[in-house]
Amino acid sequence: MIRFIVSRLARAVMTIFLVMTFSFIVLRLSGDPALIIMSPDAPPEAIAAFRKSWGLDDPIWLQYFHYFAAVLEGEMGRSMRDGRPALQIVGERIPTTLLLTLPALLLKVSIGIPSGVYAALHRNSRIDRLVMSFAVFGFTVPSFVLALVLVLVFSVWLGWLPTSGADSWRHAILPVVTLGLGGAAVLARFTRSAMLEILGQPYIRTASAKGLAWSAVVRAHALPNAAIPTITVLGFMVGSLLAGAVVVESVFAWPGVGRLLVVAVSNRDLAVVQVILLLVALTMVAANFMVDLAYGIFDPRIKQAAPGGAK
Amino acid sequence: MSLLSDTNVPPVADLRSHRPDTIPLGVKLGALWLCLMLCVALLGPSLMPYSFTAIDLKARLALPFASLHWLGTDELGRDVLSRLIVSIRISLLVSLIATLISAIFGTALGFFAAHFRGWVEQAVLILADFQASIPFLIFALAVLAFFGNSLSLFIMLMGLFGWERYARIARGLAISANAQGYASAVRQLGAEPSRVYLRHILPNTASTLIVSMTLVFPEIILLESGLSFLGLGVQPPMTSLGNMVGYGREYLTRAPWILLAPASVIVLTALSVSMLGDWLRDRLDPTLK
Repeated sequence: MIRFIVSRLARAVMTIFLVMTFSFIVLRLSGDPALIIMSPDAPPEAIAAFRKSWGLDDPIWLQYFHYFAAVLEGEMGRSMRDGRPALQIVGERIPTTLLLTLPALLLKVSIGIPSGVYAALHRNSRIDRLVMSFAVFGFTVPSFVLALVLVLVFSVWLGWLPTSGADSWRHAILPVVTLGLGGAAVLARFTRSAMLEILGQPYIRTASAKGLAWSAVVRAHALPNAAIPTITVLGFMVGSLLAGAVVVESVFAWPGVGRLLVVAVSNRDLAVVQVILLLVALTMVAANFMVDLAYGIFDPRIKQAAPGGAK
Repeated sequence: MSLLSDTNVPPVADLRSHRPDTIPLGVKLGALWLCLMLCVALLGPSLMPYSFTAIDLKARLALPFASLHWLGTDELGRDVLSRLIVSIRISLLVSLIATLISAIFGTALGFFAAHFRGWVEQAVLILADFQASIPFLIFALAVLAFFGNSLSLFIMLMGLFGWERYARIARGLAISANAQGYASAVRQLGAEPSRVYLRHILPNTASTLIVSMTLVFPEIILLESGLSFLGLGVQPPMTSLGNMVGYGREYLTRAPWILLAPASVIVLTALSVSMLGDWLRDRLDPTLK
């Protein structure tokens, strides 16, 4: 088990290292930031001063080294637009985003998992078909289309809810529902197929054959085993709490991290983009690591298995 | 106990009807829709009633079916149907090329990993982990922020989507194929590795890889339309399905038809491909049930 944790931890660190290298390389490849930020006809002295203050004249390996040292110290550069620390700008937006993504996660779990389990247990029933068509639509209706249809129905036609903004809790309803429904569909489909796969296993038949009540079979044998693939999807959802609402925040003009990212990308505010990239990678990697730990708890075989996951 | 007997039935496709030999209606309709979309994309310019950039300020926001514009006009009086046809062309083009790039790139890396093993394999697996660990939308936005946007860069970027899935699948399949008789037999006969992989292992693993393509393709369509919707994908004056929805959003209250037409095309196309993909998977893929 300890070997397993260490190998997963090493992989997590490796991934973070790769993300940082990636962001450093593209940052440097993307052209001269001095010319991007300052207008091309700015006086040469001003451009030189800018280059010097941003450390753009150093050799590339030194910049790479400085970059790592700076990131480890939490110094992630300043927004090239208003000069405030990028980390601070992004940090201010995180609670706003969580106001949407946490309730949405709750909605996903409370709709997705029970309906997936129910559909699997009542296979080919009318409810199963309903759940499955809901799941298929969740996969194929992009969030911006769902969001706009909801706005059209509930804001424009019925006039019940505001179209966009973030002034009151009523503004949060449509974005949370948009995020929640899409995720619930994904989760329902995964839960259902995981349950079906487990229910087809011989040990379920054995458990039933030895006279165990069906509810006990489901509770003691089917659910814990089906939890493993479901946890993977859930981990991905937890990992995208920070930046899983890019499109939805843009549709509803919700001032969160996702909207900040879109604006920063169109302005090419590289420091802000970079901070968001690193934070997202960090949450993603942390969530994946927790998923791996959960595997270790739910699946005793992993405790003995060879690390690395390679066959 | 009726539940238990259910589980003894061999698993069948969710969308399949009771007789396994008939093609389900949903799949037929999906295939029909995709053929229609392909025809529209191929015949594009000759089907367009107007030029997709032609501005007619006298006929702004015209209602669908009410005038000479079947699907109405947008805020500049441009014909929605003509714009829709161009958008279908562009969106399908981007998604198809990107799916192919991703499949070829991923499969090649997977085969490399299986052939060389050792550090090459580790490097491919670490890269795949890296790709899978960042939500692709964020990754794509970061690249677009750093490099700016052009159609060819955008297609290349979309081509990076999903490569890690092919790489993992191709690696696994090639490793098990290498252990089977036919691969070593061909190798004993003196075939080059490229021949072994391309002429023997690839055809034997193709069905699984094709199924993966049908799963990745709708995701690429949705990704492309999402990015274009945010204004960060295909750039005007060129248009794409997501682009039309994005710009039509501002006229949601006054002229919902501008965005409803492209939005339904996106949904129907993604729906058709994934239904077809699910059905194909049940038919072709020996590694899945």
